[in-house]
Amino acid sequence: MTYTVDIINKAFVNDAGIATAVIRNLGLTLSNGEFVTLLGPSGAGKSTLLNLIAGLDNDFEGEIRLSKPDGKTARVSLMFQEPRLMPWLSICENVMLVCDGSTSQRRSSALHWLSLVGLSGAEYQYPAQLSGGMLKRAALARAFACEPDILLMDEPFSSLDIPAADSLRQLLSELWQKRRTTVVYVTHDITEALTLSDRILLLSSHPMQVLEDVRLTSQRPRNPLENELLALAERFKQSLADPA
Amino acid sequence: MHSHPALTRMLSMVVFILLWQAAVMLFTPDLLPAPYAVLTNLMGHVDSGELPHHLTITLRRIAISFLCAMLLGSLLGLVIGHFKRLDLWLDSVVTLALNVPALVTIILCFIWFGLNETAALIAVIVNKTPNIAVTMREGARAVDKRLLDVAKAYQVPAGRTFIKVYLPQLYPYFLAAARGGLALVWKIVLVVELLGCSDGVGFQLSLFFQYFDITSVLAYTLAFACIIFALEAGVLRPWERRVLKWR
Repeated sequence: MTYTVDIINKAFVNDAGIATAVIRNLGLTLSNGEFVTLLGPSGAGKSTLLNLIAGLDNDFEGEIRLSKPDGKTARVSLMFQEPRLMPWLSICENVMLVCDGSTSQRRSSALHWLSLVGLSGAEYQYPAQLSGGMLKRAALARAFACEPDILLMDEPFSSLDIPAADSLRQLLSELWQKRRTTVVYVTHDITEALTLSDRILLLSSHPMQVLEDVRLTSQRPRNPLENELLALAERFKQSLADPA
Repeated sequence: MHSHPALTRMLSMVVFILLWQAAVMLFTPDLLPAPYAVLTNLMGHVDSGELPHHLTITLRRIAISFLCAMLLGSLLGLVIGHFKRLDLWLDSVVTLALNVPALVTIILCFIWFGLNETAALIAVIVNKTPNIAVTMREGARAVDKRLLDVAKAYQVPAGRTFIKVYLPQLYPYFLAAARGGLALVWKIVLVVELLGCSDGVGFQLSLFFQYFDITSVLAYTLAFACIIFALEAGVLRPWERRVLKWR
């Protein structure tokens, strides 16, 4: 089963009425259960693409097909760059917000995911009482708790310090292996892309297009210092520095 | 004492009353009765049943006009806060309405609608609605679109989005509007009663004014202030604590 994203043209119009194309002729096919990383320079329009897939922005030419074999539309969740939790809801209520079912079902699945991300004991605290790393964990729990078919992630760990980001990446990897959902992960960090993904799409900017589509088959957990990965990293670095 | 704000508030009232009593004892002014005299007078008015009667009428007027003004003002404020074009159209009208003196609205209402209950209520509502609308407009403008995007991206049902994501952003503004609203509405209601009603606290005060009965004026004021105080402490402040506890 696959989902397809076909963007013919996505442009932003500035105050002077001049349109700038952000994405042009970009086609993506996502296989079910695949971890796809969109790797591209900052400001390339990667977040814009995620917003289109998430349905937050409908102003574009093209088509996004997210229907499942049973005809239903795939459930999408989106982890933003910032945690974006509701400050007036406890951590548990924040996760419950996105779950389906009766209140008690929602509560139990929220508590389940919060314990999986290591937030047992902090469920009834408010976001203002937690550290940045814990907020990211809560946002990660929320992203998984709604049982998404497609999980969109927009540089979710970019604002964390290195050890915290590493442990969250590892956590994400574990959760994803447990619950093989389709992931579209946006980043400009080459090492991060190489350790997490099944498939990396290397993107150009202005307008955004796919430069390379690379499949990674090596076993997880991966060591980014492996020869094969190092060679890929080197190649990506050059393509990103000089998108011919 | 610093750890007991409620106690401190009580104490400040006690100090105020003691100062009042001391001033009366020192200067024996003709036009300022002692607190004790006011209290005795108050009991008299309560026992005769006349104060509870007028107080109930006034409180009913306050409740009705306060609720109507909150409802209308919130709706108007949210609508103009979310729709820029409409705001542009209505902005000068709202500014004008804000600046028309309460007395003018009251007189016009009594002239146009007659000296009756409806006119009295309309006068108060028309006076208060613009203030609430302006506060709620600020609230609508401050609504964080990024948080609404979360709800949209996660396909949260509309009702739940409204209650858990949208409304909580407005609570501080509702509170501010309710606070300011209550304070203003009861003052305006008294003026309305003074000018065009034949019952209510405002009407009574105007009678006492004609008889130069200062003790009764103070007794009514005391009863009234106590009730507003109780509303503030018993309803508004607990509500505020509840909805803002996450801070």
